[in-house]
Amino acid sequence: MADTSFVRDQMLPPQAPPVSEAGVVKWLRENLFSGWFNTFLTLLGVLVIYWLLAASLPWWLNSVWTAESLSQCRDIVAATAGEGATGACWAMIRERWHQFIFGFYPPDAYWRPVTAFGLLFAAMAPVLFAGNRRSLTAILGAVGLFLLVTLGLTGAPVAAWVLGLGLVAGLAAVAQVQPAKLLWFTAVFPALCFWLLWGGSVWTPVVAMLGFVVMGGVYLALVGRSGPTTAALAGVFLALLWWLFVDVPVTRTVDGVLPLGLAPVASDQFGGFLLAITIGVTAITFSLPIGILLALGRQSDMLIVKTLCVGFIEFIRGVPLITLLFTASLLLQYFLPPNTNFDIILRVIILVTLFAAAYLAEVIRGGLAALPRGQYEAADALGLDYWRAQRLIILPQALKISIPAIVSTFIGLFKDTTLVAFVGLMDPLKGVTQIVRADINWKGIYWEPYIFVGAIFFVICFGMSRYSMYLERKLKTDHR
Amino acid sequence: MSEHAIDRSKMKVSDEVAIQISGMNKWYGTFHVLRDINMTVQRGERIVICGPSGSGKSTLIRCINRLEEHQQGQIVVDGTELTNDLKNIDKVRSEVGMVFQHFNLFPHLTILENCTLAPIWVRKVPKKEAEETAMHFLRKVKIPEQANKYPGQLSGGQQQRVAIARSLCMKPRIMLFDEPTSALDPEMIKEVLDTMIELAEEGMTMLCVTHEMGFAQAVANRVIFMDQGQIVEQNAPKEFFNNPQSERTKLFLSQILGH
Repeated sequence: MADTSFVRDQMLPPQAPPVSEAGVVKWLRENLFSGWFNTFLTLLGVLVIYWLLAASLPWWLNSVWTAESLSQCRDIVAATAGEGATGACWAMIRERWHQFIFGFYPPDAYWRPVTAFGLLFAAMAPVLFAGNRRSLTAILGAVGLFLLVTLGLTGAPVAAWVLGLGLVAGLAAVAQVQPAKLLWFTAVFPALCFWLLWGGSVWTPVVAMLGFVVMGGVYLALVGRSGPTTAALAGVFLALLWWLFVDVPVTRTVDGVLPLGLAPVASDQFGGFLLAITIGVTAITFSLPIGILLALGRQSDMLIVKTLCVGFIEFIRGVPLITLLFTASLLLQYFLPPNTNFDIILRVIILVTLFAAAYLAEVIRGGLAALPRGQYEAADALGLDYWRAQRLIILPQALKISIPAIVSTFIGLFKDTTLVAFVGLMDPLKGVTQIVRADINWKGIYWEPYIFVGAIFFVICFGMSRYSMYLERKLKTDHR
Repeated sequence: MSEHAIDRSKMKVSDEVAIQISGMNKWYGTFHVLRDINMTVQRGERIVICGPSGSGKSTLIRCINRLEEHQQGQIVVDGTELTNDLKNIDKVRSEVGMVFQHFNLFPHLTILENCTLAPIWVRKVPKKEAEETAMHFLRKVKIPEQANKYPGQLSGGQQQRVAIARSLCMKPRIMLFDEPTSALDPEMIKEVLDTMIELAEEGMTMLCVTHEMGFAQAVANRVIFMDQGQIVEQNAPKEFFNNPQSERTKLFLSQILGH
């Protein structure tokens, strides 16, 4: 019988691996040349990359930045790179970039959308980086710099400098002391943004916002006596009364006493990325809360609430966005009293918001369904009521699970804003490009405007995607 | 079981009624899960409920804080009857602590936040005070050093002790345990049982669904055996284990104690 007992009397020190198992050689072998088929694919890949570069690189390298027209561009390319060479004609962007960004917005008022855009980040920062003082300060600093540069470039009036930079400085100061208080600026920003973009009397947004003050006041006054649901309904009802009957006369009166305002800009002057961002950001902001309510409604035990939510979601998801946009631009007018001028951008925003909200509702429902029942039971067992359990326990987890899908929906929504071209609005991709190409100087230009617009879309969407990854990392607490 | 001798000085059963269940029936669809349950729990009682799986023992204690709804009969907890009235339900739930088999800690909150959430939002305790209370109970279950970690970083036994502390932070008058050790490794069962024994020693009214017969013998003053949705037998632990009356009880005991 063999002796199977064994005792080690000397432990082995670790040794360096053989050359083929380390460093570049190992990486190459494992990733590029691990067998004849993969080697073939690698070589094929290299070849494809070579063909792509060979075909497009000259076009990029021969780019022309200063020219009056497409034909002049071509002459310059022919002169510098020889007959038959191709080259990009970025001179068109140089001449027409303002239309891609602002549409037909009056040039002497460019400082207004620019200020609104800068302040948008100041308003988003407290939500995106809650309570993180360093990020807040950094973003506010960047916004300040952005405004310094752009206000200078757009020749803004002195009042704009005072308003923009003063506001940013004030916010930065608050961020140092009480970063949570910055959310108040976020709440006021929609009104400020509306006023900056569309102009008109300053009292219009102020009095409209007072409707929310009425809502909040009524809620707080009643919530102790009659419970949250009744108080909320009463608040919404009185706020609606305010907007329908009190708003306009009050605005007129105050404006008569103290006329303050900016030159009004009509909605059909909006265009390009100004339009896309206005629609996109507003729709993103409002679709999330509506989507959450729809998702909760769909899970509700109350039959009517549930049926309404399911019906709404399935209807909106079953209809193409373009149909809804046509509804917004054409049909909606038939249902409104004659001579009401319901702003086309506002109509489009409402329908895009509802469209995205229906998709978000389903995404969030997925997150809710992924939570174990025990979470609901534990919240119940501790005596938390429905809304508190949702807000403190269920939604934070469900939304966290849904972040990738929510951000996908947002990115889709933002890119879908280009569809407003179909209802005659001047989106950056089709609307503005068509106008540029209608110009006799730039007739026949093809790739450049699409590449330019695509690049800007990419930067914005990539930014959203990176932010969602940051958020996922930050909220990762389950340590699985 | 716990090495130290169990201190029975505070384990007193008072005459005051904590829970009164009379003529209670419950169905899941057409399935009759709980049949004619009658039981009275006095303040300070430590009751162990056992029985084969599917016998309705978990359902019974989940009815006591209305995680399950009963269709017939009456459940009165601390003088409040459980009906569809949401106010009464929330009142009962804030007085009755519950510990689950799978802990059900909130994974997105730290241990401390898990413990302070309900006191702050339901009892309206100031944050600072709630944190002090939470630390007090975390020390009691012997994991104060984990306060700022997340549940996912703790072992099963530690999580269950946090779950007990979380319930205690609401200063409940009654504690329900739904198979608190069934999802734990053998080594961790002891740390959780020790915590529960300590709680019993302080005179807490406890209803505990468990298969830990050692625990039942050590601290329970009554053992209830259920089968097919009915209470088959109940008795003081000594009598219950040494001298079971019903054939069904004898069979059950021989199966769980036989090896």
